[in-house]
Amino acid sequence: MSLIQTIRNRDWRGAALPIGLLAVWYIVTAFEWVNTKLVVPPEKVVQVAYNYVTHASFIGDVIASLTRDLSGFVLGGVAGILLGVALGLSRWFERIVGPSFNTLKQISLFAWLPLISTWLGTGDSAKILFISLSAFYPVALNTFDGVRGISKAQIEVARVYGFTRWQMVTRLILPAASPQILTGLHLGLIYAWVATIGAEFLLIRSGSGLGNTVIQGRDAFNVELIVFGMLVIGFVGAFFNHIASRIEARLLAWRGDQA
Amino acid sequence: MSDITRPAVYWPNNSKWLQHLLPYVGGFATRLSYAAVGLLLPLALLGLWQFAVTHEWIAIQLLPPPELVWQSLRELWESGDLASNLAISLSRIGWSVLIGSSIGWLLGFWIGLSNTARAYLYPSFEVFSQFPVVGWVPILIIFLGIDEALKIAAISFAVVVPVTVATYKGIVNIPRNLLEVAQVYRFTRIQILLRVVLPAALPSLFSGFRQGIMQAWLALVFVELLASSEGIGYLMVWGRQLMQLDLVFVGVIVIGIVGVSLDLSLRWIESRLQSWRHAAH
Repeated sequence: MSLIQTIRNRDWRGAALPIGLLAVWYIVTAFEWVNTKLVVPPEKVVQVAYNYVTHASFIGDVIASLTRDLSGFVLGGVAGILLGVALGLSRWFERIVGPSFNTLKQISLFAWLPLISTWLGTGDSAKILFISLSAFYPVALNTFDGVRGISKAQIEVARVYGFTRWQMVTRLILPAASPQILTGLHLGLIYAWVATIGAEFLLIRSGSGLGNTVIQGRDAFNVELIVFGMLVIGFVGAFFNHIASRIEARLLAWRGDQA
Repeated sequence: MSDITRPAVYWPNNSKWLQHLLPYVGGFATRLSYAAVGLLLPLALLGLWQFAVTHEWIAIQLLPPPELVWQSLRELWESGDLASNLAISLSRIGWSVLIGSSIGWLLGFWIGLSNTARAYLYPSFEVFSQFPVVGWVPILIIFLGIDEALKIAAISFAVVVPVTVATYKGIVNIPRNLLEVAQVYRFTRIQILLRVVLPAALPSLFSGFRQGIMQAWLALVFVELLASSEGIGYLMVWGRQLMQLDLVFVGVIVIGIVGVSLDLSLRWIESRLQSWRHAAH
């Protein structure tokens, strides 16, 4: 009963566009109004996807990409939080490191890839370093904002209670800056996925991964595989975004309506 | 004991102009000293770089000496190669930002103003916006080849998403009472659009535009590294293939300089826009 009601109460108008596009795609390929080598029929995409998922190295590719993505994200995130806290807490550190950090931040991310791949080769270490760099900037920036925004009064109260340095960081600074840190981590997660796919596209020759497979599909003109790979990449990105929003909401629930 | 009150050097304390000037001089001096402190780290790194090269810690193919990078930068600049490649990259950015932000503004206004359009389009757009731009590139290559059209299309994609989101949010977040006042005054639709919606949403419009340009800059370097025969990204690919890392370093430096100047000028315009808006209130 309730299921039927939720289905009925949902606004289904949003589904019109995707269904319409799918129908157009199906019709133009079924009647061969377009070059079906370029615009491949949807059923062939499903077929190739099925073969790829069941026979070829799909699971291996996904695991390879996700491992790379998450290890880079963790490294970059931890480094970003450390730098952000240090920048936010120490005036002098901020004056010495801040200008360089703000300048380096403006160098378009992918510009580092030719340098990194010359130094570290095209293997996993280069990719993971690049991915962690992409997660590092947004995390560091937002952490810095959060730590700097902590009110003087709170810090003074902590001093009055005789907090040690460690207590200051774990009991006051990290919780007080947690909304911004989580925003930074959320952004970092999105950037890390972009960097993972980008690095796999640009450094195809080594290792496996979703990006490698898709770009090899381009070389072999396997359009079905490209379409499927693109969808998987997109939905993994959307999934990360969704999970990050959920975690953010759950972790910040203790703040109540304050946020 | 009275020595303490008497200054060692005679200091005229009746000079008004100096008293007025002092805070400025002080402010300037502190700012100058901050800038100097900020330069410490880059200078130290440069010193380390030079030291590592002269002591041959790392092969010269992997780490070119700073003066070679500087020399290549000057040669590329004097031969005009740098300027022509940079001009190509910047014109790609310009066209893509023009196309992408026009689409983004139209879409954002449409979704923001019409409830029907929002119901039909927004769910699809929300999914679309979460797809990483780099993921679209292979399929675009199939349809558009690897020529100019690919670059413009891919970079425009990167611009559309932030511009649409910011425009949409800016319009949806306009306070209701502003629109109600406009209705009380019997504004026409065009008047509401031009005199209420546009000014109220202007800051978010511009912030979307700024994000769009920064995303375009990211996408540009990616596309030029992937498939290009000219442009600043190609310069780096070329340098890497020839194992002339000095060219790659030049590319990084130029990309950094352009990034910083884009960011600074856009921030400056944004702050001017904000102050203009506060003045208008």
